Amino acid sequence: MKSKPGTSSEPISESSIKTGAQIIVDTLIEQGVDTMFGYTGGVVLPLFDRLYDAPINFINPRHEQGGCHMADAYARASGKVGVMVATSGPGACNLVTGLATAMMDSVPVVALTGQVRTELIGNDAFQEADTTGITRPVTKYNCIVKRVEDLARTVREAFHIASTGRPGPVLIDIPVDVAVATCCDDGAVGMDLPGYRVRTKGNARQISMAAAAINRSEKPVLYVGGGVISANASEEVRALAEKAHLPVTTTLLGLGSYDQGKPESLDMLGMHGAAYANYAVQECDLLIAIGARFDDRVTGKIKTFIPNAKVIHIDIDPASISKNVRVDIPVVGDARAIVAELLKEVEYRERKPWFKKIADWKEKFAFRYDREASTIKPQYVVEELSNQTASEAIITTGVGQNQMWAAQFYRFTKPRQLISSGGLGTMGYGLPAAIGAQVARPDATVVDVDGDSSFNMTMTELATAVQYNLPIKVCILNNGYMGMVRQWQELFFNKRYSKSYLSNPDYATVARAMGAVGITCDEKSDVPKAIKAMLEEKKPCVVDFKVEREENVWPMVPAGKSLDEMDGLDILERLI
Amino acid sequence: MKHIISALVENKPGVLAHVAGMFAARGFNIDSLVVGRTEDPKLSRMTLVVIGDDKVVEQVRKQLAKIVPVVKVQDFAGQPVVARDLMLVSISAPADKRSEILSLIETFKGKVVDIGQKFVMVEVSGPEAKIEAFIDVCRPYGIKSVARTGTIAMPRQTKTEP
Repeated sequence: MKSKPGTSSEPISESSIKTGAQIIVDTLIEQGVDTMFGYTGGVVLPLFDRLYDAPINFINPRHEQGGCHMADAYARASGKVGVMVATSGPGACNLVTGLATAMMDSVPVVALTGQVRTELIGNDAFQEADTTGITRPVTKYNCIVKRVEDLARTVREAFHIASTGRPGPVLIDIPVDVAVATCCDDGAVGMDLPGYRVRTKGNARQISMAAAAINRSEKPVLYVGGGVISANASEEVRALAEKAHLPVTTTLLGLGSYDQGKPESLDMLGMHGAAYANYAVQECDLLIAIGARFDDRVTGKIKTFIPNAKVIHIDIDPASISKNVRVDIPVVGDARAIVAELLKEVEYRERKPWFKKIADWKEKFAFRYDREASTIKPQYVVEELSNQTASEAIITTGVGQNQMWAAQFYRFTKPRQLISSGGLGTMGYGLPAAIGAQVARPDATVVDVDGDSSFNMTMTELATAVQYNLPIKVCILNNGYMGMVRQWQELFFNKRYSKSYLSNPDYATVARAMGAVGITCDEKSDVPKAIKAMLEEKKPCVVDFKVEREENVWPMVPAGKSLDEMDGLDILERLI
Repeated sequence: MKHIISALVENKPGVLAHVAGMFAARGFNIDSLVVGRTEDPKLSRMTLVVIGDDKVVEQVRKQLAKIVPVVKVQDFAGQPVVARDLMLVSISAPADKRSEILSLIETFKGKVVDIGQKFVMVEVSGPEAKIEAFIDVCRPYGIKSVARTGTIAMPRQTKTEP
């Protein structure tokens, strides 16, 4: 693979002398990039000049943060690497939230940033920022390229690092003089990453131990995270659940990896997860974690988490093993490859008493809301959306109550169907994410289930959807509050609603002003009609649902409590 | 417990910042950190002394290994190693105490590297405990300043020092 530029025996042809900008664009295309997101600026002008007639579908957001979320959601929806370009200084700084979002949820994004001329670096030049310094904690890897000869190799390395192992964002900072400098590029400079190794194949002995533990278990639970989706292992996990006969709960990011229509589905677990999932996890004798990381929103109080269970943990990241929870049988490697091996050794077991118990819990503690209410219940909007889209839409979300209701009441059946900021919890993610997902999947119905406060943060990107004719849909569950904050204030701060109220614009008017379609829905009886109109719309469309203002998300494991100490179960039982 | 962790890293800008940043971000404590070149110009060696229980140190090791330009990580706990610190110390040494101090230095196999009118500068190397002991015995004379490297270490072939 390795060869130094200009040392091959073939004479250097005119066409292999390129500028840095040309090398970047050529290497992007070589890496299979046909779509990218970006915002121009001073020091990236040479690069944008090369992009002027490059065969790349280019989406220009209204703000770099939005662009970074778009690239992230594009990656989540397509399984490919999302690419974002920004200028130096403020442009690069605006990527931070987007990179951190992608980092926490292990999403492959390559960000290219311009930098001031090499000789100005460190001089507080105009639009200079220490981009690699600022973004180091929020990227899997980053670097600055100071020699044009290193550009092609670095871009190749960036794609490799972003997309392999535990995926994540990679940033390359490129001073403008490097982008205009020339060198010979024959497209053959290989990667040089002595410190980067990815273990994909799981240890055979560990896999056999895991299979034996599964075969022995009376009360197993399969706990599936976003890693299964990024490893494209959903088919294998479904086959495992079927062959070994296992109940399956997923994290927020794992939704869609298992068909929620199946009786074995325990739906989502955690702070606002299903009571039946939380009970089953707490009572299981074997927890089989695949591509999940025992986040605090999943485990509740760690000391009392799974008191009687052995733990199998399948993950590509060795650092995830025994980080939060002691693991008995770790298997490090690619989830798809490992589960395929595991499948050969597991046996079917009926586990009648266990499944009976689970069925009873499911019956008793199903997600419910007051259907008789005269107001629009936010859960009703999501449920109606799930029904009208036949559970086939790609759903993006904001963060907070809207996100939890989307997770609880939309029935996910396929991987890459829910696109949500799980780890970082980035408000404002929903709209740009919908745009990125729609770019990746032009024929899919993409709906952002959002909150008013989340939508407020990035609604400027509606103009982007209009510019590129992206028929995204937005359902704003508008309660006039930062709903989840208000819920916590109601429950834990004596209903002192400190700074959790915003005066909102009329979203339908905003949508129309931006060239999209705007609908207001303030009557419960109009909800089905409004959703139908929205889904039939060929333009970007925003529906402002004026929902019940003080609705809470139930059940809820209060912070610091055990996973099975849930509030709100009495409310669910009353609603049977 | 104290662990000596040795990390072979690519000799690239930003690697030290990445390692130090990871420690800060994850709340790990570094007791000492030494970076130096190796026999291979493309690689540097970082030697870190970390205090923590086994769970913490396991995370430190894994999180270090996860950093892309970190090539290899070893935890020397539980194996025979040669571990050394180097110290320069400037000690107050008036004429009437000088011979006493010089004999102390000799006991510790230290080396006088500078003699002024009021102070002597001494170079001492050895295991950390020896360095600490030397500081303790010098303290009554008055220590002007201390510069220490932190620990470097290498596993040994034989069980004990010859």
